[in-house]
Amino acid sequence: MDSNRWNRFDDWDARALRLDRFAAEDPENGFSAFAGKADPKPGLSIANGVVTSMDGVAAADFDMIDAFIAAHHIDPAIAEEAMAIPSTDLARMLVDINVPRTDLTRLARGLTPAKMAEVVAGLNAMEIAFSYSKMRARRTPGNQAHVTNAKDDPLQLAADAAVAVALGFDEIETTMRVARNSWSNALACCVGAAVGKPGTLFQCSSEEAEELEIGMAGFTSYAETVSVYGTESAFIDGDDTPWSKAWLAAAYASRGIKMRCTSGAASELLMGFHEAKSLLYLEARCLCLQRGMGAQGTQNGGIDGAPLASSVPGGVREIMAENLIAVWLDLECASGNDARHSESDMRVGAKILPYLIGGSDLICSGFGSILKYDNSFNPSSFNGEELEEYLVLQRDFEADGGLTAVEDSAALEIRRRAIDALAHVLKDLGLAEPTEDMKRSVAVASGSRDTRSFSPGEVAVISGKIKGKGLTIVDVIRSLHRGGFRAEAENLLFLVKLRVSGDYLQTSAVVRDGKVLSAVNDPNDYTGPGTGYRLTEARRKELAAIRDVLTREEVLRAEAAMEEGETRAIRYNDMGPAEAGTDPGEVVVGFSPGFGTRIFRTLAGHPLSAVLRAIGEGVARGGGRMRVVRLRHTADTSFLGLSAARLSGSGIGIGLQSKGTAVIHRMDRLPHNNLELFSNAPITTLGHYEAMGFNAATYARGGFPEPVVVPTNGEALGARFHARVALTYAIETAMTENGVSPEEVRIEFMDKQT
Amino acid sequence: MTRAVIQLQGYPLAETAPESVTGPRGKTLGTLTMESVAVGEVEIEDIRITPQTLARQAEVARAAGREALAENFERAAEMTRLPEAEIMRIYELLRPGRANSGAALSEAAERLETKYAAPRLAAFIRQAAAQYDRRGLYRLRF
Repeated sequence: MDSNRWNRFDDWDARALRLDRFAAEDPENGFSAFAGKADPKPGLSIANGVVTSMDGVAAADFDMIDAFIAAHHIDPAIAEEAMAIPSTDLARMLVDINVPRTDLTRLARGLTPAKMAEVVAGLNAMEIAFSYSKMRARRTPGNQAHVTNAKDDPLQLAADAAVAVALGFDEIETTMRVARNSWSNALACCVGAAVGKPGTLFQCSSEEAEELEIGMAGFTSYAETVSVYGTESAFIDGDDTPWSKAWLAAAYASRGIKMRCTSGAASELLMGFHEAKSLLYLEARCLCLQRGMGAQGTQNGGIDGAPLASSVPGGVREIMAENLIAVWLDLECASGNDARHSESDMRVGAKILPYLIGGSDLICSGFGSILKYDNSFNPSSFNGEELEEYLVLQRDFEADGGLTAVEDSAALEIRRRAIDALAHVLKDLGLAEPTEDMKRSVAVASGSRDTRSFSPGEVAVISGKIKGKGLTIVDVIRSLHRGGFRAEAENLLFLVKLRVSGDYLQTSAVVRDGKVLSAVNDPNDYTGPGTGYRLTEARRKELAAIRDVLTREEVLRAEAAMEEGETRAIRYNDMGPAEAGTDPGEVVVGFSPGFGTRIFRTLAGHPLSAVLRAIGEGVARGGGRMRVVRLRHTADTSFLGLSAARLSGSGIGIGLQSKGTAVIHRMDRLPHNNLELFSNAPITTLGHYEAMGFNAATYARGGFPEPVVVPTNGEALGARFHARVALTYAIETAMTENGVSPEEVRIEFMDKQT
Repeated sequence: MTRAVIQLQGYPLAETAPESVTGPRGKTLGTLTMESVAVGEVEIEDIRITPQTLARQAEVARAAGREALAENFERAAEMTRLPEAEIMRIYELLRPGRANSGAALSEAAERLETKYAAPRLAAFIRQAAAQYDRRGLYRLRF
């Protein structure tokens, strides 16, 4: 059909990428990553230890955010020294391995938001990534999971929380489809997260006041939804002020609960109060504010605004840049990579890479450990669907992304244990009566669409009872203990005891192997190669241990399984040394040393007997006769083909490897300049082999047949087959011997249907 | 050794000196066992952080160069004396438009000082009140 458009654009339109909507840069209307129309120039004046102007605003005109930053973030003892350093010098210091991290975090205490924004904006994406890796607070990287489901089903929450613990997540975050289900979600996740090992921190994201109440009852061990904003109007719209949020920060600490704030690019833009300032400058304000509030850390890096931030030019670089400001301010950084910023898997994969290879306190905040449709926060960058891809990326780059593969049978066992534990608690505390059918369906279910369990309405009843009865974590620990779930009771007790010492209130704290690991006792000490976080050999092996890895033994086992069928289908009778033929109608098929002795099927899975039969039939259809020789001096297709051609009375031969790769050759040609090559063995059909035989016979008669083309659909055949190819081929090359002559083989097909 | 180094070496408190960490009713970490929970000797009130422990964590934070975090822990130490309802009441009062004049916040600051011996929190509330006044936050929102 005629078209007035290059059809490739139609192909591009059909790609997932085109579902993403991109926005034009428009600094006046807040659509600018780094250069807002109203961004101020950096500046600071201090008189008698009090800030009198900051970033172009006199103290009398400060909004609440300026005022809070001036009072609680700016350290007058450092400010003069820090602000006097040119931004390009500070930028260079950030990427200089000879400038210790602690020198830079000290200077940050004297820098204004506009200054910090100007400095990090001067770094390219690679420099930001490198600097982030150097500046992040804790040496050992970690990760956080979302555990939610579309029904708020507590049995599934418990099972999925237990799996998240087994995968190695340091923190688990839940939220609800129905707000009043929060108490049930909290109970279910904290019981599930107590299966397997102690110390996985847990939070229940809900309305500010309720979240604090749930924390005070002991169900949660951290909070991170204390959101702050970069403009005063957005802050007020969010129904808070810097002082009310700082009050909450102290409130969590007063109950021994770990807490971090949240901020991310474009939240002000989404809320309609951007003041024509860039994403980065507003984030710099948010982050200076958070440090001033005395939060140990931040959930930062686009967060819910990531899709919008990523719609403008440089948006993803900006997200990286704001994360860099966070760690430069010495804050723990749960670095976003949660709300999925694109429908394109490739954009998602590209965005995670700097965090994966550079590490982060919590690489994702969080990673959807459940299926996309079960994620009550909306889909994450990585979800249950993509979890194995993440594990493979860790393995590819030998980068610790915080996760470890879980075996099939172990996963089911863990799920059953969590479900049993929670079911006991629900019955024992008079909250609900889960049936065996419910439990069974949840244990094996990949997601809530496959479960027969509680509905959101039934969960609301459970949740109301937990709140109404005034249950606390101590009641739950006792119940587990009564039910014989002693390990889980101990694990929960360990977790709740963390709040007595408060060690995990310090910056970047997680629990590993029953011990608190934070920026205090595990500080990032990166000063160049050989320093900072390095994989131990044991951890490297864990990252390598993904599911279903091919070994030489496995390839040989698979071939041995094929052997039996082939002994019934074909017999290779060795007839002694092969002579040069004189029949002008013959086509010699020369096959490789392991053909029919060690290897019995092609990569496409065709039995070798069937391949020989097909070639023979094709040769006969072309009016020729097939003669077969075993070549033992080479396993290379070209040389197999040329050697066969040189033995052939017609001068035409076929070289055939056990794995199915084949070539039609003629005696007078150079080795790699063949007549026809069949290089894609995995997609070469028996029909193609038959056509190959026909063409070879036609060449033998002096004809010019249409070459056989094996059509591909663009499969990444290398990825699918090369590990097996390399293993198979090595078996054959090991069998070759210099100077061994070709052997004549008489083929007998034992039954008609192979 | 400097004071800062000593502070940092004592961290984590629960691992280096568990006997020095107690709950509000004097139970040390070592006595918060499964058995004592099971028989009802330990209640949720025993599994709370004390102002003394928060002060020690503030010293650790300060020694690690984290002054703002230390100040938060010091505010938190005062806040351990506030009942939950009072914490939530003042939080609500600090939200925009909840107070329609500085009087309610002044009164809260007063109470924090006299009733709860919380001078840091009182000063913090007074600072907020001054800024709310300056920025016109004493306005009806709903």
